[in-house]
This record gives sequence, C-alpha cells and structure tokens, in this order.
Amino acid sequence: MTDDGGRKTEHRPSSGLRPPPSVIWFARGVAATPKSVLLYVVFGTYLGIGALAYDLSFSAGWALATTVLIWAAPNQVVLISGLGSGAGALATAVAVSLSAVRLLPMVVSLLPLLRAPGVRTRALILPAHFTAVSAWVVALQVLPALPREHRVAVCNGIGVGFLVSASAGTLAGYHLAAQLPPLFAAALLFLTPISFFLAVAGGSSRLADRLALIFGLIIGPALALGKVDLDLLWTGIAGGTLAYGVHRLRRGKR
Amino acid sequence: MSATDLGPYALLLLVGFLPNEIWRWLGIVLARGLDEDADIVVWVRAMATAVLAAVIARIIVVPPGALAGVALPVRIAAMAIGFAGFLALRRSPFAGIVIGEAALLIGAALFY
Repeated sequence: MTDDGGRKTEHRPSSGLRPPPSVIWFARGVAATPKSVLLYVVFGTYLGIGALAYDLSFSAGWALATTVLIWAAPNQVVLISGLGSGAGALATAVAVSLSAVRLLPMVVSLLPLLRAPGVRTRALILPAHFTAVSAWVVALQVLPALPREHRVAVCNGIGVGFLVSASAGTLAGYHLAAQLPPLFAAALLFLTPISFFLAVAGGSSRLADRLALIFGLIIGPALALGKVDLDLLWTGIAGGTLAYGVHRLRRGKR
Repeated sequence: MSATDLGPYALLLLVGFLPNEIWRWLGIVLARGLDEDADIVVWVRAMATAVLAAVIARIIVVPPGALAGVALPVRIAAMAIGFAGFLALRRSPFAGIVIGEAALLIGAALFY
C-alpha cells in the first residue's frame, strides 16, 4: 500500500475526512489535462461539433449526448452530417462504425498499461470509453511513470478532464453558431482535420503508421470523389494492408 | 422503418453509440494477452490509421457546413501550410494548428 514510489506527499491534512487515494489519483489525472495543448484543441474542435449540430437542426441536449456517448470527434461528424443530410440510418451506422475501427487498436495498446493484480476487466470499461485521440495521447505520456495500481484512476481523471472541455465546447459552439460569421464557423470546422492530422503525424514514429497515413490521404479522397460505396472501409483495408506489406518487406530485407 | 420513426435519442444509441462503442468493447476483449508489437496489432493499427486519414481527407475534400464556403484549393493549401509549420517549428501541433488556421482565414478572405 505504501508504494508512492518515493514520491513526496506535501501537506497531508492530519484531521479526519481524508479523501481516499483513488480520488487523489483521479484528481491528478484531471490536473494533467490543462498542461496539454490538446485540452484547448478539444474545446475548439467541439465548438465545431456544436456548431455543426446547430446547422443541421439537432437539439443542444442531443449534441451534448453525442459528445458524452460517442466521444470521438470525427465519428460525431460522420454521425451528425450523415443523419442531418438524410443519409439512411443503416448507411450512417456503417459509416460511424468504420471510422470507429481505429479506436480498437488504441484501446488494445492502452489497456496493457492499466493492468495490475487488483484491476478487474469491469474497471477497464470506463478507460476504454475515454479512449479517443486526445486522452489516449496524454494517457500514454503520463501513465508509464505512475504506480500501476493507481493508473485506472489517473486515466479516468484524464478522460473526465477532456470530456468536460469537450462538453463545454459542444454547448458553447451550439449556442454561438447562430451568431458566428461563416468564416469563423469554417475555421472551427477546420480544427478537426488539422488537429487530428498533426496529432497522428506527430504520434506515429513507425513506418507502417506513417505510410498508412499517406496512403489513406491519397486513397480516401479518390474513393470519396469516385462515389465508391463504403469508401472508408476500402481505404482502411487497402491503405492499411499496403502500409503493412511495405513494413513486412522492409523488415524481411534486413 | 425509416430513420425518422425512431426518437432522436434512440437513433443516437442505435446509429451512433453502439456502432462506435463496439470497437472499444472488442478492444477490451482483444487486449488480453496481446503484445503491442504483435504483427496483427501492427496491421490493424495501420488500417485504423488509414481510416482516420480518410476521415481527415473527406472533411477537406467534401466538407460539412460552413467549411464548404471556403474554396477547395484554400482548404488543401491551409492543411499543407499547417503541416509545414508543424515540421518547421519542432513538430509542435499547436504551432501547426495556428499557422494552418491563419492560412485558412487569409486564403478564405482573399478568395471568398
């Protein structure tokens, strides 16, 4: 129980009602988020999501619910613009699911960091839900230095910090949308592609990931402009497999 | 049954939440005993990255809402300029975003 890793605990209140350790670790997770530029990017990105929901005549409560329940900005754009433009429910569900496939490897690479003797699978459901580009990037940076048994609490704190910022952004964007000049609205919507592009470009040091990013940027628009059905799925399979193939060939030559 | 027969929140659960969350749940199942560097993980991650790249590219090429009011060459140029700024300034995402946004606003003001 005394595995603070030699960490100094300053000014422990000696009077009763001391918060349990998990609350303190959770608070540390929340406190880690304002140190990341991504917290502010998330706010701006979600201003765009809120504005988009307003543009397509959804309610503010519904827009907020997409943020809390889906918690992945590009997937929300797919959902909101799909339903708003009258695309069928099934086609929209398939498109949302396709853009959500990328969450799986993020979860798969994050959870091993959270595993500890006392941690049950049930306790991983919330950290898995919080997994999205922003929280995932910060969790991977912060967690490895912390004691294993407290990482779930920290991870949940990081997730809640980002989610509060995103929720505030969603509501602010929704209510600002009516007054926003079109140019400012366009700048907000542009935040999603530019910030995610730079987050992926900056985060991927492996050849396979970099190639997948490049192939996806080329194949994706080609299929979208060619009005190919399920363009996201085909881009993922073709671009990802091609990138993986090159990675295997390079490794084989060594 | 058409999409409008369901209430908006039921629609959100069935068309948004479930198709999205299923991958996180599947991730919990698959993460058991999987190594980050396993071949299958590298392959799946490459496919996921390509899908994300396609989502990014689609917002630029077939943009939603007000972004459609900015000309396509301006949208593409702003992405390229933002990326160049990111590379030039110690791979800082913040710098890249600010430069890309400035390029978008200037370009849109010039060619609106």
